[in-house]
Amino acid sequence: MKALAPRTLDEALLQLTQTPDLRPLAGCTDLMVSEPEDRRDWSGVLDLRGISELRGIEWRGETLEIGAVTAFSEIRDSPEVRQSFPALAEAASRIGGWQIQNRASLGGNMANASPAGDSLPVLLVLDAQVVLVGPEGKRSVPYRDFHLGYRQTALGPGEIIGWVQLPKPPVGATQFFRKVGTREAQAISKVVVALLASVSDGQISDYRLAAGSVAETPVRLTEVEESIVGRALKPEVADLAGHLAAQAVRPIDDVRSTAEYRRFALAQVVRRMTLQLVR
Amino acid sequence: MTLLGSSPPRPDGASKVDGTLRYANDLPMDGAWHGATLRSPYPHARIRALQWHPERAPAGAVCVTAADLPGPNGVQLLDDEWPVLAAELVQHVGEPVAVVAAPSKLAARQALRAIEVDYEPLEPTLDLSTAGRQEPLYSLELKSGEAEEELARAHLLVEGTYRTGHQEHIYIECQVMSAGWEADGSLVVEGSMQCPYFVHRSLIHVFGLTAERVVVKATPMGGGFGGKEDFPSVIALHAALLAKACGHPVRIAYDRHEDIIGTTKRHPSVVTHRAAVDAEGHLQAMEIDVVLDGGAFRTLSPVVLSRAVLHAAGPYRCPNVHIRGKVVRTNTAPNGAFRGFGAPQVQFAMERQMDRIARRLGLDPLEIRLRNVLEEGDRLPTGQTMDESCSARLCLEKAARETDFKQRWRHLEAQRRDIADGDSMPGVGLSLYFHGAGFTGNGERVLQSVIEAALLEDGRIEVRTAAVEMGQGCDTVLPMMAAEASGLELEDVVLAPPDTSRVPDSGPSVASRTSMVVGGEVAHVVSEIRDRVLAWWSDRQESGAAHTVEDGLVRGEKGQSWPFREVARSYAEAMGPLVVSRQHEPPEWQVFDEETYQGVAYPTYAFGADVVEVEVDPDTLEVSPKKVTAVCEVGRVLHEKLCVGQVEGGTLQAVAWGLMEEVKLEEGRYLNDRLATYIIPTIKDSPEMEVHLLEKPWKGGAFGAKGVGELPMDGGAPAAVSAVENATGIEVDAIPATPERFLALTSARRQVPSEPEDPERARGADR
Ligand SMILES: Cc1cc2nc3c(=O)[nH]c(=O)nc-3n(C[C@H](O)[C@H](O)[C@H](O)COP(=O)(O)OP(=O)(O)OC[C@H]3O[C@@H](n4cnc5c(N)ncnc54)[C@H](O)[C@@H]3O)c2cc1C
Repeated sequence: MKALAPRTLDEALLQLTQTPDLRPLAGCTDLMVSEPEDRRDWSGVLDLRGISELRGIEWRGETLEIGAVTAFSEIRDSPEVRQSFPALAEAASRIGGWQIQNRASLGGNMANASPAGDSLPVLLVLDAQVVLVGPEGKRSVPYRDFHLGYRQTALGPGEIIGWVQLPKPPVGATQFFRKVGTREAQAISKVVVALLASVSDGQISDYRLAAGSVAETPVRLTEVEESIVGRALKPEVADLAGHLAAQAVRPIDDVRSTAEYRRFALAQVVRRMTLQLVR
Repeated sequence: MTLLGSSPPRPDGASKVDGTLRYANDLPMDGAWHGATLRSPYPHARIRALQWHPERAPAGAVCVTAADLPGPNGVQLLDDEWPVLAAELVQHVGEPVAVVAAPSKLAARQALRAIEVDYEPLEPTLDLSTAGRQEPLYSLELKSGEAEEELARAHLLVEGTYRTGHQEHIYIECQVMSAGWEADGSLVVEGSMQCPYFVHRSLIHVFGLTAERVVVKATPMGGGFGGKEDFPSVIALHAALLAKACGHPVRIAYDRHEDIIGTTKRHPSVVTHRAAVDAEGHLQAMEIDVVLDGGAFRTLSPVVLSRAVLHAAGPYRCPNVHIRGKVVRTNTAPNGAFRGFGAPQVQFAMERQMDRIARRLGLDPLEIRLRNVLEEGDRLPTGQTMDESCSARLCLEKAARETDFKQRWRHLEAQRRDIADGDSMPGVGLSLYFHGAGFTGNGERVLQSVIEAALLEDGRIEVRTAAVEMGQGCDTVLPMMAAEASGLELEDVVLAPPDTSRVPDSGPSVASRTSMVVGGEVAHVVSEIRDRVLAWWSDRQESGAAHTVEDGLVRGEKGQSWPFREVARSYAEAMGPLVVSRQHEPPEWQVFDEETYQGVAYPTYAFGADVVEVEVDPDTLEVSPKKVTAVCEVGRVLHEKLCVGQVEGGTLQAVAWGLMEEVKLEEGRYLNDRLATYIIPTIKDSPEMEVHLLEKPWKGGAFGAKGVGELPMDGGAPAAVSAVENATGIEVDAIPATPERFLALTSARRQVPSEPEDPERARGADR
């Protein structure tokens, strides 16, 4: 198997144009543990970690741009992220353990497209944009259109994730993140929840809710959002939000948990986050 | 001398930390081929036909099936019921059906595809609920007094059924074994194992060789926990069969996935209790039914059951006890030895039952135990009278005092109702437990363990035992015991490697027996060599006798001194080799009747009490164990750090078995057959541990040591689950107590009363 390590994006794109079935590789934390059968149809790997354009965290006007190969430890420790996107910093700090955070990248988490990817519900509530680059050039897609189905993404042949753009969150909005895993570290989520909400004049004016591990892809729970936005901020709203969230998802029984528990935990966590708005 | 109880560094420590130690799979093996195993995809099926197509396999590859065995198709642990390779039937998913060898790992894996098997699936028995109807693999009964009569006229009758699940060993080093045949027809096997002589016996049995023609060498082990007591015989047989077939040495190294699906686990259990209790909470009678899931084959299950039955009534006084035990067969991988060996399962049940009795009487968990705790002079259901080394009360009181248990428990019990929405729920729980030291019943007598010491030419003494260092620290402690007994320095004693051509059969490294049994004998044989050397030296001195050895120096009566090693070297030069060996004899009074189950099942018992503090997340029901206070009375602390290490490790393994470790099966197939899905605790999941070691020396030997390896496995799970009950009011009678299980229980409203019930009312209701 070939292993290519381009130093620039142009070089990488040229290689991808010549060999579209090269497998992009960032932190390799998912690829390393992939099944040997899954590796059969790659002609080689393309290591993106040497490409400085794809790495780093920077404000560009009103959006924070994060290079796809940026590791979660950088995201976790970034003052910009901690200041404006605390839910993302929190998610980054709960992925795997320190060793994994030092290698695992945001782009890898997205491209791997697991329904349990911990950063993904956060990206959903932050209304992230994804910039894809490929032989055909650059295009930008809303992150909510990126996951097409179970482990399927909008990436075309030879296309890679370049950057993630996060619009500055509304002033006064509160962000929440909660991961319910099988243990304290090195755990895949049974349920993972992100919420961004704003309150004005005693009313919930903005309510963006997303969850992972409860459906084929990470999901924005728009039905819940629609029912909650505009309501007066009272403890009963929290109960309602939890109840609606549990109804809106289609979790399964699997080796990590049960559908029943996932529903329950989701409802409880959503309720708790919403209650915290009340306080 | 003050060597014992101190903490000299372990000789294997540095090489384990810096990675230079070679484990079995790191050892070079020139020209070795690799073995691979074809496993049954069915839990139960008839093999209609099995066809090996060499033409479809990589060149030279060989295949061995049951038809090619040179001798009996049985692993020979207790009997031949566990086949080396499946013959007509497969009994569990993952059962070895054929083994292949090829020059490379990849080729070996490819060769597996050249085997065609035609199976006729049969109806499997998948769990205890249906297995109970069949003829058990083994059963036992233990009776003292008149339990049935007492139960019939009980003042208060308390019943309960308690369940525990599988547990996977997850030793860091997976199973590895290499085998090669010498030109003279002898067989050399090397690998990761706890019991070289078990493997030796299996090989002799199947190949029909004489003992001298089989050499088994145990390599440094990356953990065992019992999982390398029984299974290494299987994989050693496979490697030896393949080596014979291909004419090259063969190594079989399991990866984690194969290790999980193919090897033994802890027996799941269902234990049913019926207890008669008087108004003050004293146990009057108990009827206990123990059912263990043996998996597909009998393996060591009868011995596990025996220990389970003997520990089922816990460290409590009860005049009338009737215990029935059986192991039933299911079509899952055979269950076998695992730290605790049946005792953790039954003590989980007993401890939960004690908590239940306490609630019915309005008592707290400490009080009910104080009223029933076993003390010197009390009798066990076997009739054995507890001697002065019984320390159950000592442990219980110490644990309660250190943690202010009674106050804390009552406070948390009362505050539960008032806890604010969203606050995490704290709870505290207690357990009391004991563990019989050494082999069960007449086991030590049957074993006839032999321990040897030899004077080397350089004046050092070589200790020869088959004890294997698996992390527990025997390579550190055995020389300490030898030095302590003989007055020599640690450096004067060396250990022979556990290689059957170099050491006698000192018995297996299991049952917490190595320090207590083997160590005691090591002290004797080394002292005897010292005595012989000393006598010889004294004779040659003008003044004659009265020489002593201290700190490695032979001291004359006029104050002169000579290094023992020098003296011993002159002895060796003058007198030639000196070898002393000794067979271990358990105390005469240790007599056990296997028929009636009466007598002395263990010469002594170690005791412990744990207090576990947890916090339960009010939203997700996740449980975090925050702190464990473990009080363990081990007779004599030989090496403080290692002893504390055993307690910490065993306690964590126990708490994890109680709260998170779960083997999930579907149609007999393990769903979580890898470390990503079989969840064991990380350091972040580990509670703070406070260990208190107590000593009530056992007079029978080995400086009073009772064995500590398994003891801490008995207490962590029931105490953790008891703490969850204190925190949430949910009574959990099955483990692992995962949030999923709590949820099911909460929905079913299995809540305990939030306030201890009025005892009068409880009694009335029950009559
Ligand atoms: C022990 C362990 C613990 C883990 N814990 C967690 C956890 O708690 N939460 C969690 O969400 N995940 C977890 N993971 C999964 C993994 O670490 C994450 O998904 C991580 O973000 C993957 O990033 P990576 O850079 O390592 O990806 P890689 O392994 O390098 O790649 C993953 C996939 O993405 C593709 N890819 C990578 N970068 C790009 C790109 N820029 N453009 C297009 N395709 C790309 C690759 O081709 C591959 O298909 C864990 C993994 C391990 C091994």
